[in-house]
Amino acid sequence: MVHQYKSHGFNIVLDVESGAVHIVDDVVYDLIPHMEDKEALSISEASALTGNKYSDTDLEEAINEINELRDSGALYSKDIYESYVDNFTKTKAKDPVVKAMCLHIAHDCNLRCRYCFAEEGEYHGRKALMTYEVGKQALDYLMDHSGNRVNLEVDFFGGEPTMNFDVVKKLVEYGRSQEEKRNKKFRFTLTTNGVLLDDEILDFANKEMGNLVLSIDGRKEVNDRMRPTANGKGSYDIILPKFKKAAGSRNQTNYYVRGTYTHYNTDFANDVIHLNDLGFEQISVEPVVCDPKEDYALKESDLPVLLEQYDILADEVIKRRKNGKYINFFHFMIDLTGGPCIAKRLSGCGSGGEYLSVTPWGDIYPCHQFVGEEKFLMGNVFDGIVNKDIPMEFAGCNVYTKPECRECFAKFYCSGGCAANSYHATGSLNGNYTFGCELQRKRIECAIMIKAALAGNEDFADKKESESIAAD
Amino acid sequence: MKHVKTLNTRDYKKSMKTGGCGECQTSCQSACKTSCTVGNQSCENKNR
Repeated sequence: MVHQYKSHGFNIVLDVESGAVHIVDDVVYDLIPHMEDKEALSISEASALTGNKYSDTDLEEAINEINELRDSGALYSKDIYESYVDNFTKTKAKDPVVKAMCLHIAHDCNLRCRYCFAEEGEYHGRKALMTYEVGKQALDYLMDHSGNRVNLEVDFFGGEPTMNFDVVKKLVEYGRSQEEKRNKKFRFTLTTNGVLLDDEILDFANKEMGNLVLSIDGRKEVNDRMRPTANGKGSYDIILPKFKKAAGSRNQTNYYVRGTYTHYNTDFANDVIHLNDLGFEQISVEPVVCDPKEDYALKESDLPVLLEQYDILADEVIKRRKNGKYINFFHFMIDLTGGPCIAKRLSGCGSGGEYLSVTPWGDIYPCHQFVGEEKFLMGNVFDGIVNKDIPMEFAGCNVYTKPECRECFAKFYCSGGCAANSYHATGSLNGNYTFGCELQRKRIECAIMIKAALAGNEDFADKKESESIAAD
Repeated sequence: MKHVKTLNTRDYKKSMKTGGCGECQTSCQSACKTSCTVGNQSCENKNR
């Protein structure tokens, strides 16, 4: 499959199945759709197909170069991966390995964020804090079921994990004590709203957390509308100084400020820019996913504005980076040269298999988004996986089991998207949350365009995009 | 080439031979976390 698009003055051609990305001129761009099944195109045919606007020399050169790309396997590549990924995922399902865990340290929160899918941290259930014993058992479960994987990820999540920080510290200590003897390496992440983020927590996080996720939505009025405290006041003024200090203390790397945009700030590019103007260099602002009946839910009619916002933001990112001001917008990150293998690209996020979530009382769910939905209760950290159908169901999902993904150019970048979004939008893990897909495709197009725009143009040798992925 | 500039990318087909080790990070894509695309992750297979 070939996907071609124009963006910010670039003609971009993606050869989806090989992963090749070409920046081409107009004549090649116009000819590519006509040559997939036709190598021997005559100049007169080519001229007619492209509106008689190119010279014979240009057409001849373009035809030759297109065929050269084809011969080198960088254009019109065929999809050869379906049986490969089928075997890969079946093998994985037979011998499941867990490598990442989301620990719900606290089902309680000190903010009352309106869009919180966890319902103020309680996840359709009751307030609860994870005990050290449950957390330790969870880490043991992770190590026991991680096979020969060395790198293990643990996200301290909530609710608000700093409300139970003594347990976080003890679990980190326990994890570290096991690394050498079990040949494991933990990567810990802390996701926090910042209210309780003091020097003690920050010092600990800087020593032990590979990544720190700091929740803030952007401009004060935007943040405070959706992220009030328990007494209804805004949280911006409470958290901002703490986040600035945290980002600075981590040398502007291995952290993210992350926000959620809603129907109330469809001009979210301004929030990203605001955060960068405040000094934050690692920024993620993402679309809210919620019941469409909520007043803040994104609507179909918002879509054109949102897509345009990504273009505006991409422009700004290029401009700032060319002018020596660093900004890394998480959704524009794409690793073209050192990215994942095809097996990874095709087999999805790992929820329900290599990635699990654990509640304060030790129940296991496929991921944090399913916590509290009894249908998806898999077992617990003491007895292991009891409902073995659930991991099989998740393992059976990949881009080839999703009809809409098969035909999508973005399939090797998004890997089929979020299983929870699919399920909640369509009732099926193999469905598509189409609104999210539209945004995803746009982000990928922008990300690749930015690579083209900044190719050979940057001097940020000292800057490193935070490659750690929060929480997974 | 005169009309085409190709960006450096990883060849998916070649990665069939060396891939699948699983040492890379997971790739949660839900909006409540710092969700990502799989495409922005770095391969951690030293033998690729």
